[in-house]
Amino acid sequence: MTKAGEGTLLGPFRVLDLTDDRGYLCGRMLGDMGADVIKIEPPQGDPGRSIGPFYQDIPHPEKSLYWFAYNLNKRGITLNLETADGLEIFQRLAGGADFIIESYSPGYMQELGLGYDTLSRRNPRLIMTSISMCGQTGPRSDLRPSDLVASALGGGMFVTGDSDRSPVHISIPQAFLQGGEEAAIGTLIAHYHRQRTGEGQYIDVSIQESLYWNVMNAPLFWEFEKRILRRSGIHRTWSSAAAQKHRVLWPCKDGHISFTLYGGKIGATTNRAMMEWVSQEFDVPEALRQKDWDAFDLASTTEEEFESFAGPAGDFFLNHTMDELYQGAIERNMMLYPVETIAEIMVDPQLEAREFWQKVEHPELGRSLTYPGATVKLSETPLSITRRAPLIGEHNIEIYEGELGISREELRVLKHNGAI
Amino acid sequence: MAKEALAGVKVADFSWNAVGPIMGSYMAKHGATVVKVESIHRLDSMRTSPPFLGGKPGPDLSACFPYLNHGKYGITLDLRQPRAVEVARQLADWADVLLESFTPGTMKKWGLSYPEVRETNPEVIYFSTCNQGQTGPHSSQPGFGTQLTALSGITHITGWPDRGPAFPFAAHTDFVSLRFGFAAIIAALEYRDRTGKGQYLDLSQHEASLHLMAPDILDYEVSGRVAGRMGNRSPTAAPQGAYRCRGDDGWCALSVGGDEEWSSFRRAMGDPAWSREPRFATGLGRKAHEDELDVLVSRWTLGFPAAETAEILHRAGVSAGVVQSGRDIHDDPQLKARGFLKSLEHPTLGSHIYHQAPFHLSRTPEVLKRGHCLGEHTEYVLTQLLGMSDEEFTELIVEGALD
Repeated sequence: MTKAGEGTLLGPFRVLDLTDDRGYLCGRMLGDMGADVIKIEPPQGDPGRSIGPFYQDIPHPEKSLYWFAYNLNKRGITLNLETADGLEIFQRLAGGADFIIESYSPGYMQELGLGYDTLSRRNPRLIMTSISMCGQTGPRSDLRPSDLVASALGGGMFVTGDSDRSPVHISIPQAFLQGGEEAAIGTLIAHYHRQRTGEGQYIDVSIQESLYWNVMNAPLFWEFEKRILRRSGIHRTWSSAAAQKHRVLWPCKDGHISFTLYGGKIGATTNRAMMEWVSQEFDVPEALRQKDWDAFDLASTTEEEFESFAGPAGDFFLNHTMDELYQGAIERNMMLYPVETIAEIMVDPQLEAREFWQKVEHPELGRSLTYPGATVKLSETPLSITRRAPLIGEHNIEIYEGELGISREELRVLKHNGAI
Repeated sequence: MAKEALAGVKVADFSWNAVGPIMGSYMAKHGATVVKVESIHRLDSMRTSPPFLGGKPGPDLSACFPYLNHGKYGITLDLRQPRAVEVARQLADWADVLLESFTPGTMKKWGLSYPEVRETNPEVIYFSTCNQGQTGPHSSQPGFGTQLTALSGITHITGWPDRGPAFPFAAHTDFVSLRFGFAAIIAALEYRDRTGKGQYLDLSQHEASLHLMAPDILDYEVSGRVAGRMGNRSPTAAPQGAYRCRGDDGWCALSVGGDEEWSSFRRAMGDPAWSREPRFATGLGRKAHEDELDVLVSRWTLGFPAAETAEILHRAGVSAGVVQSGRDIHDDPQLKARGFLKSLEHPTLGSHIYHQAPFHLSRTPEVLKRGHCLGEHTEYVLTQLLGMSDEEFTELIVEGALD
């Protein structure tokens, strides 16, 4: 590898990844860009290997689908940072690393003597990123992490769910992953600075703060109108000052679809096409058929107007399948989307046409698995999956012997002492 | 203090709604010079989104717009006019990074597509994004992120198992996908500096969002299991959920994993008799009796306001927190201690909040700047950044090219 390496975005750079599920995605994103990401696990295997779902429902550290998904494009070594040998080896690795990512409880790295100040004395170009539940500072920095609680603190949860029950989060946990994504952005901004100036730095990422967009304009409603936005199931409550409820989800023949009236030019095409389409089968009130949709202003629409649409539209949707409605929407250039499950997503013709899915061999399982492909398509340095997630200690020999020059005899000692 | 990390980077931001604009703002926070292109004939959807100052709609009265667009220079161009397109072209040539989120084909209509811009600006990092990507049979279907959550499987997994889907409050796919695109832009910029090669980026918000469900996508392929709605239940931890507390719509979220956390939780509740019952003594027992557990836990949480419940549990070492409303966010002691929200003075909105990026850089911290009014910097950008003469600038105004 040369420092000017071409073909991948981060080819010449090495990442030491000490994260657990709070930060896996950060290293994965850097790995997708071609960085040499070394996932460092404790000798018994990473705690994230116990997160399900599992391959064929067999709970085994080499069969966690969660581990598979977010540790692609990483090599893996085992190292016990709580032994003197382990610490010494880590410091050697850190001396030659471009990035370190970690998601331990705040303060743990300093306790080990591996704080940024210490590590950067030896390697001033080093960028070190810490990902934690609420950040490294503040009264809640020691809060025990969980994805649900992060979603609650982030604010998106309060405004999501049915009004007669508790707030809900998204059932497939999204909080830690979003923290990992934000960490990758911060890390790369620091990387840009480092490449121009030679200066490394430390980055403190809060998962709670990473969820901030999930709450969108709710804090603004409090600031500007002293109004607390609340959850309201299948309705939106804030689009119009004159209407309490504005329906978003509708049942159809075989599932649900998402459709809303929008204002402005982009809304006009959809609204006009929808009135025409519905009126082929149901009576749409004359006022809606003749309406000047180009002048339609969502913010001043009344609940009565929504209701006069909801009747015939609701009947129309129930008369059709998700697929019929989606195909019709595409033909008419309309904003209407089916509420799809993973089963439907897997056969989506758009994803197939863009060759999105990528098969990755898992020789140990005797088969390949189909992964979501490139997160974004780049013309010059495409992102790709070049290796499946590592097995426990899979690259110990390659890295310890091959790169650090530790002999097999020494490795035997390290293994016996629980360092690797 | 070092200069901001992206100082000197020039960004032409033709994007609108959320995905592109947020990237532009984050680049501005870190020192980039960002020029946002708008038109009075086609307002950014955030300028027409509530809340508005005094409840009255107006392009410079929406709190949403500056919230998503800040630290930028704002110009207006009526791109239906050829001379406005010429200005846009100069801006594209000026830029290190170009952001656009129109329906695919729109930039080409103006002669501003990537192959066309590359001819005169070969090193440009040109970023396009839309719901489903620039190619393929569904590429030009319009839509917002609030609807894309349906297609991307997020809506289906939001809500209760015994009911139909709810939907996540915000345009989840916007925020989840933009980060993948943004990270790639910064890396592409560094790659360009190192190799001299610019490139084109095509972010399908649909595709990127699917990565946050990847384990369940694999599970479907292997086991045929289709992930569904679980309310707030965990496949492993019990009790877990949002529990009603004293006060108006007050809820405390908590998640109790293994035995150690269960002991901490019991201690925090004052070790009530029911919690010592054998059926709750093991993880399997708690999981098997979680309905009952939910009722018993709620009885305890109802005794305190949400903030107090959460603090008792936090001190005891249990993962717990207030389900925070848009109001609570303003008063959260953790966010306050970290200075996460900051009020800045805006010409039409007065003093109002902005927030920091969730990543805090020790050597090159972000510098937050306010949002702009519609067309506020047209003159500055055209005459100072693009070097246009005052005469030409005046001509363009008269022709209406700068509307």
